[in-house]
Amino acid sequence: MMTDRGLITDAQNTWCPGCGNFVIQFALRDAIQSVIDSGIERERIVLVTGIGCHAKMADYLNVNSFYSIHGRTVPVATAIKMARPDLTVICCAGDGDAYAEGLDHLVFAAKRNSDITVIVHNNRVYGLTTGQYTPTSPLGFRGRSTPGGTREEPFNPLEIMLSSGATYVARGCTRRKKNLEKVIGEGIRHRGFAFIDVLQVCASYFNLSDVYDRHVYELGEGHREDNFSGAFEKAREWDYNSESPISIGIFYRTLRPTLEERMEKPPGQIMNRPALITKILESRT
Amino acid sequence: MDEISVLIGGRAGDGINSAGLIVAHLFSQLGYQAYMYFDYPSLIKGGHNFTIIRASRQKVGAFRAKVDFLLALNQDCLDLHTARIDAKTVVICDSSRVRAEGICIPIPDILKEEHAPPVMGNSCIIGAFARAAGIGWEVVEKVLTQNIRKGLDQNKKVARRGFDMARGYVTVPVHDSPPLPLLSGNEAIGLGLLHGGLEAYIAYPMTPTSNLLHFLAEVGEGGDLLVFHPENEIAVILMALGMGYTGKKTAVGTSGGGFCLMTEGLSLSGMNEIPVVVVLGQRAGPSTGMPTYTAQSDLHFALHAGQGEFPRLVVAPGDAEQAFFWSSLSLQLAWKFQVPAIILCDKTLCEGYYSFSDPRETIPTIQPQPPGIPGTSYLRYKVTDDGVTPPLYPPTKETVIKVNGYTHDEAGITTEKAELAALMVEKRVRKGMALERELALLPTVSRYGDPGADSMIVCWGSVAGVCREVADSLGMGVVQPVVLAPFPKDGVKAVLGNPERVLVVEENACGQMEMLLACHGIRASGRVHKYDGRPFTVEELKERIAGVP
Repeated sequence: MMTDRGLITDAQNTWCPGCGNFVIQFALRDAIQSVIDSGIERERIVLVTGIGCHAKMADYLNVNSFYSIHGRTVPVATAIKMARPDLTVICCAGDGDAYAEGLDHLVFAAKRNSDITVIVHNNRVYGLTTGQYTPTSPLGFRGRSTPGGTREEPFNPLEIMLSSGATYVARGCTRRKKNLEKVIGEGIRHRGFAFIDVLQVCASYFNLSDVYDRHVYELGEGHREDNFSGAFEKAREWDYNSESPISIGIFYRTLRPTLEERMEKPPGQIMNRPALITKILESRT
Repeated sequence: MDEISVLIGGRAGDGINSAGLIVAHLFSQLGYQAYMYFDYPSLIKGGHNFTIIRASRQKVGAFRAKVDFLLALNQDCLDLHTARIDAKTVVICDSSRVRAEGICIPIPDILKEEHAPPVMGNSCIIGAFARAAGIGWEVVEKVLTQNIRKGLDQNKKVARRGFDMARGYVTVPVHDSPPLPLLSGNEAIGLGLLHGGLEAYIAYPMTPTSNLLHFLAEVGEGGDLLVFHPENEIAVILMALGMGYTGKKTAVGTSGGGFCLMTEGLSLSGMNEIPVVVVLGQRAGPSTGMPTYTAQSDLHFALHAGQGEFPRLVVAPGDAEQAFFWSSLSLQLAWKFQVPAIILCDKTLCEGYYSFSDPRETIPTIQPQPPGIPGTSYLRYKVTDDGVTPPLYPPTKETVIKVNGYTHDEAGITTEKAELAALMVEKRVRKGMALERELALLPTVSRYGDPGADSMIVCWGSVAGVCREVADSLGMGVVQPVVLAPFPKDGVKAVLGNPERVLVVEENACGQMEMLLACHGIRASGRVHKYDGRPFTVEELKERIAGVP
């Protein structure tokens, strides 16, 4: 199965025709290829996925992978990075994973500035469970669990991440592949917690292609990535609910010590276990 | 005088637990084996805390209904324990707070004169106790010096004042056995895990295993053990699996409530074959129950937690030595067979203190799996005879390592094909059988008392200590299965023989061990249950067993 030296496995792809996941897959593949070209060996890259359509990425990309359970990409990724800081760890999560089932982990990873990259395939609908609302579905969304329409506003994930301490906050859209590849590539290269919300078209249950084509625009030269309040203001331009301009690109980027840097111990602290146990027993005598 | 029992009690914040430990250390120095029970409500200041220290020439793991000395730092300590006092009990108290007959010390006056803080009242009463028990001042001084880090000189002065104000009642005989270390069950588990090769410990605080987190966190500060306390128990177990994916030998610790949150991750471990050791400290449930009191009511939860079928190791140590021994082996076995392991303990074991005989020379080394062969043709789930795939961890040159919680093929790619699904189920089943074969070489069942007795007790976990003692006095035998999954049915049957009576003693209401035995064709003829959060005293169990028809 893994004899293919390329980045795509020969597993049969089962995404729907027209699915936005293809665009993310190719953008991620190209971003990973450029990371490899920059000198990081492929075996140092680890992909962690949750459960949902997005998660099939683990089967389709020929890199180390941990196909986790629903909502639980981030703690796995945090631990892999903590155990082996020499690995490049990328999470692909769905909006159900990242914003519903596992929101706590996302907030904590941003708080800790764990040096991982989280790509949220935000199609704003549950696809694999056949069309229910998600935390980012617009108010009034009629899904199979809300036939009368939802009675709650969506989250704005960018606001949550900025408030939680993420040091790289970006948004992409599957209708803009080139920009997507850039924000993913920059996210992987970022030293610290990188968050990328990807507005992804779901061809079967929530096709917003027209809406995104109408409203999405790229953040211009004038946007200052290091300005927190500017980034926050920009993030509030669109509330994931109403029709308004939707900016994509890197909203915020800064540097602060990562969790792994803060946990690093001075070299030479290798414990001799038998001696340690004996010493503790003596101290209890 | 072969044994002696001391109760020391006061409010939370009076330093009752550390005072109890000092008393236990005094007995250690005199050549005794000690056991300490610590009873406290779920609050930070106030309430009533007490410890019972029992010292004996023999190994002890239980306390008696009566005490020889009662050290009361407040009136509650006297009023709540009248049943533990008889004519022989010597009462030592703080005369400012307690009205009693015995040795009454004006502790606040002494503290004031020595400019000592209120918490040092426990040292004062310990000094008085030592004199009353005929324990030499040099022993007191030595124990205080070894165990007190802050304000040693002041503690010594205060203790000496208590010592000088008391008078001798008895003289505890001195024996020339060398003093043994005193370890809590939590510490014994932690040391056992370190012995087994622990590299990371992840936990969210929860009684009764919080102190294991604290203990290992201290160890980790000084060395290469990675210790982390994340946002919740779901993160705990998923982080452990992330660590395990990179090859780090990892354990987690919790109690029933936290373990509920971990069960989906436990099932993932069963499916993606990343080992993890879970230290599961039982306490009185259901729900929040009584957080600081004991129970043995999570046996079936531990045996069956997690959706689907997958092999697991469950061990239930009964004392500090078994805790060390089986914690080391759990880690080694979990890694060899790539299965989750559960160390099922309880509040009594976790927070009790035991004289500890170092078992290291008796612990076998489990031969680890040889690693896989790196390269592009590596298969993380290659089907083998014993079901165990030679492991590799990232980064491995030229090798892609895929783990997956879906049903997967040998490469770790998701599949829903019927024949592949069945093949992988059988692979995991064979791992369980291989684990069972390895366990057949290990001491999975302990026995005590008269092996040929026509009346046998079957028990598990921390209850073994009190059962052993009661069986000795009643001429019965005891069978304690330490491994509970895979259940060592042949071992239990062999040790049990064919007695007239089989009594199952356990601290739950529904007879969970009895049900497990029944699943394997072993019938109980009687049972003794306790479910009030308190461990059996020796007298209570004896009486209860006598009452079984």
